Amino acid sequence: MSLGSASAASLRIHPLIVRVSHWLNALAILIMIFSGWRIYDASPIFPFEFPDYLTLGGWLAGALQWHFAAMWLLVVNGLIYVLYGVLSGHYRRSFFPLRLDAILHEFANLLHGRVSHALGSYNPIQRLAYLIVILLGITLVLSGMAIWKPVQFQELAGLMGGYDSARVVHFIAMAGVVGFIVVHLLMVALVPRTLPPMFTGRLPRSAQPVDGAEH
Amino acid sequence: MNKPRPLIFDAMPGRQIERIERRLFLKRGLSLGALALLSGCNVTEHESVQRMLMAMSKWNDRVQGWLFDPNKLAPTYPESAITRPFPFNAYYSEEEAPIVDPHSYRLELGGLIRDRKPWTLPELYALPQVSQITRHVCVEGWSAIGKWTGTPFRVFLERVGADLGAKYVGFMCADKYYTSIDMATALHPQTQLSFKYADQILPAKYGFPMKLRIPTKLGFKNPKHIMAIFVTNTYPGGYWEDQGYNWFSGS
Repeated sequence: MSLGSASAASLRIHPLIVRVSHWLNALAILIMIFSGWRIYDASPIFPFEFPDYLTLGGWLAGALQWHFAAMWLLVVNGLIYVLYGVLSGHYRRSFFPLRLDAILHEFANLLHGRVSHALGSYNPIQRLAYLIVILLGITLVLSGMAIWKPVQFQELAGLMGGYDSARVVHFIAMAGVVGFIVVHLLMVALVPRTLPPMFTGRLPRSAQPVDGAEH
Repeated sequence: MNKPRPLIFDAMPGRQIERIERRLFLKRGLSLGALALLSGCNVTEHESVQRMLMAMSKWNDRVQGWLFDPNKLAPTYPESAITRPFPFNAYYSEEEAPIVDPHSYRLELGGLIRDRKPWTLPELYALPQVSQITRHVCVEGWSAIGKWTGTPFRVFLERVGADLGAKYVGFMCADKYYTSIDMATALHPQTQLSFKYADQILPAKYGFPMKLRIPTKLGFKNPKHIMAIFVTNTYPGGYWEDQGYNWFSGS
């Protein structure tokens, strides 16, 4: 990067394609979760149900319509995002290297109330969390396909341990994503200045980290 | 989970049954959780949202038609895997299952069929029969494995001279249920005009005198108490399909 752009008023940390796919994904995921809870309630696999007011669709048919409409947004947008992440080197730069000792060190820091949050680069726990949630997303799509088409995609369903097990896999992956979202939102609430760059892509100069700084 | 809860209806998602009377197609769409998501009003009920959702459901019909492999068989299971008792499914309770008189019964045929003479039960029973042990997957999410015996539907359609190039096969039932399927599924080797469940003549609760067993579709696409079969190129819809359930509903 040239000296000129480094001294510009702001620093680009989130590429446009990541920002757009992030917000489209947020919309798709919320629709999938809230409609999915209504679908779950039609035949629960665990001894609890989701309250109606936390669900989307009004009844089973409505929830299914939402679920099977938003799945296209989720999958098409997700494919574009993952392809971009892999091909552009975005994943390699942002998530790697990911070393176990670095993760453990970061956890130890966390226990002592210290969090590394240099804007524009991810700490080891963030790297791990983002990688896991991407894998959970892929698991959700694959188990969802197995549930949707247990005959046409019977090999996939078999990989999940059969139709009924695929439902459990789908549920557990959903729970993992919900857990991620809760922590994700909590972190944004704790460090609110991470939010504007998710819209603008740019970091105000005042918020730019000093080289190597961990706060 | 293999154990469906009692009194869940498949052709009629059980706990929805009383709600549905109070509700037209997809009423009362959104609730609080999603309100936060999409601003102040009932989103599902909104007309443009309705149109979008219906358009996506139609798109999904087409995609499922492409995904459907006419030669891919649904998995079959050993007798030991059969779910006992096999759950009752309908949009009404088990006691309300229609009683069909076997002596006066005639299967009516209509539409694009060359030989539309009605069939008596003994005539139907004389058709070649095969058995299958397959998984019934309910739109609600639960599933159950059962054994059905009857004649491959393709054999019957060929016998009566149905137009196999037509788009749809429709069914009218003694319980006022109705549904329709695509011709490709009608001709699938495992699609069966079933007369027996677990080697016994179908009891009323499982659809006497016959049901169409389709292991490549969700449970509600398997009509019971069939009184009339017709072949057509005009989309016939169905009892649940007309209320918003996806028409193709392949599995």
